[in-house]
Amino acid sequence: MTEKKPDFATLAVHAGSSPDPVTGARVTPIYQTTSYVFDDADHAAQLFNLQTFGNIYTRLTNPTTAVLEERIATLEGGRAGVACASGHAAQLIAFHALMEEGDEFIASTRLYGGSITQFGQTFAKMGWKVIWADPDDPENFRRAMTDRVKAVFIEGLANPGGVVTDIEAIADIAHEHHVPLIVDNTLATPYLCNPLQWGADIVIHSATKFIGGHGNSMGGIIIDGGRFDWSADDRYPTLSAPNPSYHGLRFHETFGDFGFAMACRALGLRDLGPALSPFNAFLILTGSETLPLRMEKHCANALKVAEFLRQDERVAWVSYAGLTDSPYYGLAQKYLPRGAGSIFTFGLKGGYEAGTELVARVNLFSHLANIGDVRSLIIHPASTTHRQLSEEQQIAAGAGPDVIRLSIGIEGADDLIADLDQAMG
Amino acid sequence: MNHDSYSDSYIAGILRDCRTIAMVGASANWNRPSFFAMKYLQGKGYRVIPVNPGQAGNEILGETVYAGLKDIPVPVDMVDCFRKAEAIPAICADAIDIGARVLWMQLGVRNMDAARQAEAAGLKVVMDRCPKIEYGRLSGELGWIGVNRGILSAKKRPLL
Ligand SMILES: Cc1ncc(COP(=O)(O)O)c(C=O)c1O
Repeated sequence: MTEKKPDFATLAVHAGSSPDPVTGARVTPIYQTTSYVFDDADHAAQLFNLQTFGNIYTRLTNPTTAVLEERIATLEGGRAGVACASGHAAQLIAFHALMEEGDEFIASTRLYGGSITQFGQTFAKMGWKVIWADPDDPENFRRAMTDRVKAVFIEGLANPGGVVTDIEAIADIAHEHHVPLIVDNTLATPYLCNPLQWGADIVIHSATKFIGGHGNSMGGIIIDGGRFDWSADDRYPTLSAPNPSYHGLRFHETFGDFGFAMACRALGLRDLGPALSPFNAFLILTGSETLPLRMEKHCANALKVAEFLRQDERVAWVSYAGLTDSPYYGLAQKYLPRGAGSIFTFGLKGGYEAGTELVARVNLFSHLANIGDVRSLIIHPASTTHRQLSEEQQIAAGAGPDVIRLSIGIEGADDLIADLDQAMG
Repeated sequence: MNHDSYSDSYIAGILRDCRTIAMVGASANWNRPSFFAMKYLQGKGYRVIPVNPGQAGNEILGETVYAGLKDIPVPVDMVDCFRKAEAIPAICADAIDIGARVLWMQLGVRNMDAARQAEAAGLKVVMDRCPKIEYGRLSGELGWIGVNRGILSAKKRPLL
């Protein structure tokens, strides 16, 4: 008997969250506690040895957070999830399980600016070296391979938007070299794209964005796809070798297809510490229930706004992968058939001056440095987030003087268009 | 019987019916996966009898170790195999002889011929699964570490 796989919308509401078995509470309770009592000394010892399932301390596990982890793992079609305090924390914890000092990884040049800094500067201080590759030609990843490369990292739909990366082609190259592909799926969300289906091994989200969706909580999550063979050779000792801090336990051998997730939790969260707060987990979980509804509206609105801007004579260019004349339209059709997301960039003919004026004149759009909120957001990177860079560096980062980034919310599209129309003067 | 996917009720039925489990390949080494599984299942109220010729006569977790299934002096409901696929046919033959009702092969272990033989003798068969992980999945405990259990339910009571 094969059961029909439940619809995404059903999973978004139900995955991970059965009623509380003790109280019957239907909504997942907020377990606002740091710690959990042991039955006795033997139970405590078993928990510390990872021999039984259970809670010790909220830095490692929390029953509210666990529901969020299972839910997003399910929505991504993955084996297990590990929630972290932010998207950046999730990236740190994932790499911590893969990298040893002196190891290298290849990352796409088309990433959120904060990730470029995290990889290029802060990871370098830990002896993890990033090698950059332009994803517009996936062959660049093959050319960048070295025998110290332990992972490949891309954003599927890339921030600041409009750019789609060929996940399947890059997954194939990574696997030819026996390294896992990590995809940051923040901008697409599991509703628009499941990178694991296209060969990714690990998915990372900043849950701060669409998954929570309401701009009220920082959060991140790592999804273990469960398919990578960490023990094929000795290149991933954190996963395959006996771990001295657990008296010789081997994570991959002991936990099988969720061994990577367990290492992220029992080593990364334990020792580096960026656990998600249970209250944030609750808010993000509540947000996740409406993810499919919101993404439909986000995408429909974004397409309308992008189409309006494209035909407006004050606008020089629009970069949205949902527009038929975008160079990424073909990839968007393949990887994002339900919509090309709601974050994109455009430029005004009036350049830098016109851009700052537009940002000052909008009334419904909030001028702030976030994306993936129910509210529409606007930012002029050259005068804010990328202000300290040279013009040349700004252009390379997709944040040239005339670039404006929008994150389209779920308001009425006509109101958003009217607001931009009046603000363009 | 399709051995590529088992229904939750099939696995839950086995874990509800069986009380005594012979664990072939049980390790005395506390950081080995079989030791983890044995300890966990004991905690859930199962009697787990270790089988390991190298340890025969010793004790693991309070239970005497036997050299083979046929040496176990009490009735066994289920035989859980922590051995590689090639070792399964011999274990299967003994499991049939001692009247076990379930032949269970651990994660990563499949032997279709042995499965057919056991089924022909009336045993239920599970391959490529771990009873600890299945118990955790069906009881809800596995969700505590963020693992996707593949279970959707608006019921207060878990399957196990
Ligand atoms: C694509 C992408 N990845 C990661 C991050 C970092 O996430 P967080 O801000 O939750 O640390 C962001 C934040 O803007 C992002 O847009």
